[in-house]
Amino acid sequence: MVERRLTLGILAHVVLCLGVILIVFPVYLAFVASTHTSQEIVQAPMPILPGDNAWASYKAALLGEGAGGGSQAAVGRMMWVSLVSALIITIGKIAISLLSAFAIVYFRFPFKMACFWAIFITLMLPVEVRIGPTYQVVADLHMLNGYAGLTVPLIASATATFLFRQFFLTVPDELVEAARMDGAGPMRFFKDVLVPLSATSIAALFVIQFIYGWNQYLWPLLVTTKEDMYPVVIGIKRMLSGGDAANDWNVVMATAILAMLPPVLVVILMQKWFVKGLVDTEK
Amino acid sequence: MEKRVLFRSRWLPWALLLPQLLIIGVFFFWPAGQALLQSFQQQDTFGMSTEWVGLENFERLFSDPLYLASFKTTAYFSVLVAVIGLSLALLMAVFADRIVRGVMVYRTLLIMPYAVAPAVAAVMWVFMFSPSIGPVAWALERVGIPWNHLLKGEHAMALIVAAAIWKQFSYNFLFFVAGLQSIPKSLIEAAAIDGAGPWRRFWTIQFPLLSPTTFFLLVMNVVYAFFDTFAIVDAATSGGPGKETSILVYKVYYDGFKAMDLGSSAAQSVVLMGIVIALTVIQFRYVERKVNY
Repeated sequence: MVERRLTLGILAHVVLCLGVILIVFPVYLAFVASTHTSQEIVQAPMPILPGDNAWASYKAALLGEGAGGGSQAAVGRMMWVSLVSALIITIGKIAISLLSAFAIVYFRFPFKMACFWAIFITLMLPVEVRIGPTYQVVADLHMLNGYAGLTVPLIASATATFLFRQFFLTVPDELVEAARMDGAGPMRFFKDVLVPLSATSIAALFVIQFIYGWNQYLWPLLVTTKEDMYPVVIGIKRMLSGGDAANDWNVVMATAILAMLPPVLVVILMQKWFVKGLVDTEK
Repeated sequence: MEKRVLFRSRWLPWALLLPQLLIIGVFFFWPAGQALLQSFQQQDTFGMSTEWVGLENFERLFSDPLYLASFKTTAYFSVLVAVIGLSLALLMAVFADRIVRGVMVYRTLLIMPYAVAPAVAAVMWVFMFSPSIGPVAWALERVGIPWNHLLKGEHAMALIVAAAIWKQFSYNFLFFVAGLQSIPKSLIEAAAIDGAGPWRRFWTIQFPLLSPTTFFLLVMNVVYAFFDTFAIVDAATSGGPGKETSILVYKVYYDGFKAMDLGSSAAQSVVLMGIVIALTVIQFRYVERKVNY
């Protein structure tokens, strides 16, 4: 900072506090609502401090005992589906991207640029704009209502490949020469030198991709029709179809808190890598 | 750019590329090609017969007042999300850049929305503004604004705009903070010595130097508003009331999966693809060239 001005410093804190309040308010309200009974919530204005019904709300959500209008599937099961799919998407994407980036950077072969552009172009089109035909393909392959259908089509994008490519290009050539002189083949070099060097990039991507996978909505909405394959993000929407007062809002809000807990924890605990990953991937 | 030292093998690079090429081939290129093909075809409702109709789907699309209305809705929505969202994030980032103590605490709290799923964010906002029980709707009623996003189009629009901005805030904030930090401190110090106050320094130094970041974020926010807000629209308003919040991506989904008009849905997909490609090209031409991060 250039100069110290008390008034500006105070103003900065005031503005930031207001910002934090605006950002945290919806989450706080959801939390408060999840600790009351649904009767207490529907009597406007709802209480502004946490109540003592938290245990019952969360238990009802996790076990699927709410009286919600739309869906009563157990959130415990949904969280599991979300976790497994998010991990498959994350690990799958990182694995295939490491391999293909390695091939593109460290080998010379015919049609290399064609492969590069083929992968590059997938960056441009989000799954949203080709949902119909993609759904058709997945249906034809009998992958609906399964983890394969939930995850594999979402692995088909190249963000990670590009991050690794950028990173590999900065790795000094001397390392390859040294590895060769020691008689190491390409796969040995990949496994013993390149992958360990990429650890921070991998950690950064892990955070971004985990959140991406956990928060998917449109795609799971299409490929899952059975309650026991709903990810939690879909489950919470399905709970809402009963109309305003018919919803068990405490259970819905408990589900909202549960649904955001894993990704929020990942972001907060791995903040450093998250910021690095975000800024690197997007630029 | 290429490595000086390369490995040589005829089959290994292909084996390494195979998984990715296979997946993008089956789940990206094949469906994208199908979308293109379907946009020139007309299928009956049961999928029994398909007929080649040339550009008819597109002609029908662009003479459909509902589609044009959806374009307008999307444009209106994206402008609101991008302009308000970027202004708020920039304001916060500038103040976060000023303070020394407590930056980590603020940052940790301000990046939270990034981790929250759009659909979950939408559900929380719907709860706050729910006409009969929502605490914020109740407060608005008290000050003379009878809130009902289930009946009033402009309320529904305000709701999805607010939820979309909330969700995107962290992203904008982090990029602005990174942008501000990359501005050399010496520039600002020099201006301060010349007697420029904080306000003046912001407008003559920081803001112009942030313009590449701002432009990048503008493109990203438009892409976000166009595509990633599907979950917010679906969970908060389902495109209603009427069609007042039915943005383009929602309409592709609705026409393809609810109304079963595959030809039209595919044609809409193709139009959307055109928009993304145009945005990407713009970004590459104007941003990548000028920016040195």
